[in-house]
Amino acid sequence: MDIVELTVTALAERVRGRQLSAVEVAQAYLARIAELEPTLHAFITVDAEGALAAARALDLRLARGEDVGPLAGVPIALKDIFVTQGLRTTCGSRILADWVPPYEGTPSARLRAAGAVVLGKANMDEFAMGSSNENSAFGVCRNPWDVDRVPGGSSGGSAAAVAGRLCLGALGTDTGGSIRQPAALCGVVGIKPTYGRVSRYGVIAFASSLDQVGPIARTTEDAAALLEVIAGHDPLDATSLPQPVGRYREACRRGVRGLRIGVPAEYFAAGLDPEIETAVRAAIDQLAAQGAEVVDISLPHTKYAIATYYLLCTAEASSNLARYDGVRFGLRAARPRDLRDLYSRTRHDGFGPEVRRRIILGTFALSAGYYDAYYAKGQRVRTLIRQDFSRAFERCDVIVVSTLPIMVFKLGERLDDSLQMYLADIYTISCNLAGLPGLSLPCGFSRQGLPIGLQVLGPPLGEEQVFAVAGSYEQAHDWHRRVPEVRR
Amino acid sequence: MTMAMTMAKTMAKTMAKTMAKTPWEVVIGLEVHVQLATQTKLFCGCSTQFGAPPNTNVCAVCSGQPGVLPVLNAQAITFALKLGLATGGTIRRRSRFARKNYFYPDLPKGYQISQYDEPLVEGGAVEIWYEGQPRSIGLTRIHLEEDAGKNVHLATGAASLVDLNRAGVPLIEVVSEPALRAPEEAAEYMRTLRGIVRALGICDGNLEQGSLRCDANISLRPWGQQALGTKVEVKNINSFRFVQKALEYEIERQGGLLTRGQTIQQETRQWNAEGGRTESMRSKEEAHDYRYFPEPDLPPVMIEEGLIDAVRAALPELPLQRRQRLMEQDGLSEYDATELTRESELTDYYSRAVAAGALPKRVANWMLTELLSRVTDARDVAQAPVAPAGLAELLGLLESGKVSGKLAKEIWAKMWDSGRTALQIATEGGLFQQSDSGAIEQAVRAVVDAHPDRVADYRAGKTKLMGWFVGQVMQATQGKANPQLVNTLLTQLLDG
Repeated sequence: MDIVELTVTALAERVRGRQLSAVEVAQAYLARIAELEPTLHAFITVDAEGALAAARALDLRLARGEDVGPLAGVPIALKDIFVTQGLRTTCGSRILADWVPPYEGTPSARLRAAGAVVLGKANMDEFAMGSSNENSAFGVCRNPWDVDRVPGGSSGGSAAAVAGRLCLGALGTDTGGSIRQPAALCGVVGIKPTYGRVSRYGVIAFASSLDQVGPIARTTEDAAALLEVIAGHDPLDATSLPQPVGRYREACRRGVRGLRIGVPAEYFAAGLDPEIETAVRAAIDQLAAQGAEVVDISLPHTKYAIATYYLLCTAEASSNLARYDGVRFGLRAARPRDLRDLYSRTRHDGFGPEVRRRIILGTFALSAGYYDAYYAKGQRVRTLIRQDFSRAFERCDVIVVSTLPIMVFKLGERLDDSLQMYLADIYTISCNLAGLPGLSLPCGFSRQGLPIGLQVLGPPLGEEQVFAVAGSYEQAHDWHRRVPEVRR
Repeated sequence: MTMAMTMAKTMAKTMAKTMAKTPWEVVIGLEVHVQLATQTKLFCGCSTQFGAPPNTNVCAVCSGQPGVLPVLNAQAITFALKLGLATGGTIRRRSRFARKNYFYPDLPKGYQISQYDEPLVEGGAVEIWYEGQPRSIGLTRIHLEEDAGKNVHLATGAASLVDLNRAGVPLIEVVSEPALRAPEEAAEYMRTLRGIVRALGICDGNLEQGSLRCDANISLRPWGQQALGTKVEVKNINSFRFVQKALEYEIERQGGLLTRGQTIQQETRQWNAEGGRTESMRSKEEAHDYRYFPEPDLPPVMIEEGLIDAVRAALPELPLQRRQRLMEQDGLSEYDATELTRESELTDYYSRAVAAGALPKRVANWMLTELLSRVTDARDVAQAPVAPAGLAELLGLLESGKVSGKLAKEIWAKMWDSGRTALQIATEGGLFQQSDSGAIEQAVRAVVDAHPDRVADYRAGKTKLMGWFVGQVMQATQGKANPQLVNTLLTQLLDG
């Protein structure tokens, strides 16, 4: 038995049944990390000591006959955006390079309470701003399928760690595709749940009205198991939803018979890589063969999604990132001349170029005299995009499209062209603007052996339907069983 | 005379009075920040207690750590609703918080969570009593927001320190229309507002702790002009006296500029209490661009009809209503009623003394002289060593003639110091007034018999000597004789 090839449910069952100790599991994964981390750099911080201590504590409790939870011994990587008490949390930024948080956020606390073991903090684009993980202040992360290529972003480290078997599951955040896009590029499963489904308390904010936490895992059922633990109302997050959590694992086996799958013309337009289109259309055919009904739908305001998204997310970010001022925590410029100098040097030295660019854009969009033309108009277009989806979901139960229009690109290839980088988010962004659940799972490999992602979108709180479609597709394929051979 | 005629006459009088002083009409609007007396802060569970050691009432949320989120304190909403309903405002069924963005070390998140285009309350008015007339001062809005912390600059200049105890404490901002016309009126408005929020129990009213702070907008315009003049905002005013002084200073300053033909710069000024002047803080060009936008971390605040009904039903009597009641039901003068309703503790004390059987007018007199002279703050009467019933007993002795007014004051002093009752003190000290006419007559006769010369002088027309005779009798009785009785008996004896 290869420990690192066990699924979440299988591993937790063995640990709970004491056929396998949590310490053995942690050691097996820490060995993988020791071997591959120097190449992949999927982590900003590896907490071997903390992981082993947590695993030992679990084993002790199990020995006493205690129930340690449904994720007993499951080794997890947390994107370094999750606030972990006593464990450095950088958000991929120099400005928080030495920040050791005084409190624990809700998603990671729920994972720990369910028996999961945190191996470390995953690499990411600074403040979750980026689609390639190249904006990390701690060095680039590499794609396990081809180490010359990006793992995607911003949750690139989380996806690469899952794909490379450096952890069994990971948490990411998704503001415009930051879970689904790297999941697609690394050949793993990632879900961004409905806005408000998972608490954002203790998740460093990028764009508050768009940010959402979700799991990245190797299979849909693993992702479902993690989501069942982290989802649910949190009194510490006023935007978290009160509705009961769905039965996601069970939904994975529900099948698609009678489900209506919407296929929007706007997502199969010019710019879509033909190899990807072929894979996605084959997946839709596959679902139809499994009993789903395919309907053509239209999402007419899709073309405005990117502009709208970049207006709103930069505006919110400009405000969310104001607290990094060198006064209470994080980097502080040495020997400032005066208050203004303290602010400008701390923030100039602490933030990377992409973060600075977005703060400036967002500050402009909210300025007196521009608010109506930019932010207010962006909000109105957002409403139109949301209406597109509610109309579409009158005719279908889920929407199936590609996760990305392009294949995974090489490190450095798009670094100098922000606009090209932004445009690649076209298929993932609308889902955040509308607050919908969206899942990406592998649906094949290119001729070059690069993973292709299939995206399933659902109506608000339609996670079960999304898992049903993803689970059904996955059963007929073995894409998720392929293991990347990491070549140094 | 009709009401309108009375009003027109009063207005003409006021205008004539003011115009005599200056060619400019003064237009004032106040923004009063009222600190709510909630147990915890607006968006976290930290205590709002004043005076705690620096940075002890602070948590991850109110210190703006990365990743934290605000959760709204429901009591703060109820408190704001109380004031909104008490002033007759319109409660928005859906209101929203907004972020006001600016950088300052005492502002942990780099933005203040406030309300902007969708405040909790719109309209309404504060009824004030000014120059013997009722005036209704219209309100623009009442909204909720969080307070900032406090910067402390070391005298050595070595460092500036930040205390975040106050950061996140709930405030309501009460914005008046530009409806005030004089500094004294502005002060009276603020005083009245303080009385209202105290009566509602939503603010402790401690000005010295900054529980009510005010920014004043003031402009001048020629009498008769419709358009408003250029306004100046004066910040950082935290007492009734200072609001009046700051506005008087601005009227002088702006009036002087206008009279010399100069223009007023639109700017923000700051009241310097030590120097007794306002000082320029920033010009219009330097004004902050707060980049308001809806707070995405908080859903809109939805107010249900049931909550409004419940809050409305539980509204207490407001100071002006109390004042009216004391005048109409108890027959108090306008002055007495006004003074007794300044603080709810005074009204409570008064009501309880009256309920214990004392005459309203006597209670009012005694409280406004003897009681208030013994406390430093009128609110302390709630903890006075003499309870309202004790005062009522003393006033009963006075009323029935059992003690004289002079002795009553002595008894009062002893009650205050010893905590014993008026009856005990009067009995033990033998301080009861003698109203036994036989005993007094004896004393009167003794005095008359001992001074035949004076009696002759009196009878010859020196009637002023009556006072001297009274004094002699009072001395002989150690002040206990009923002075009225002494008077009557003396008159009988001398004139008879």
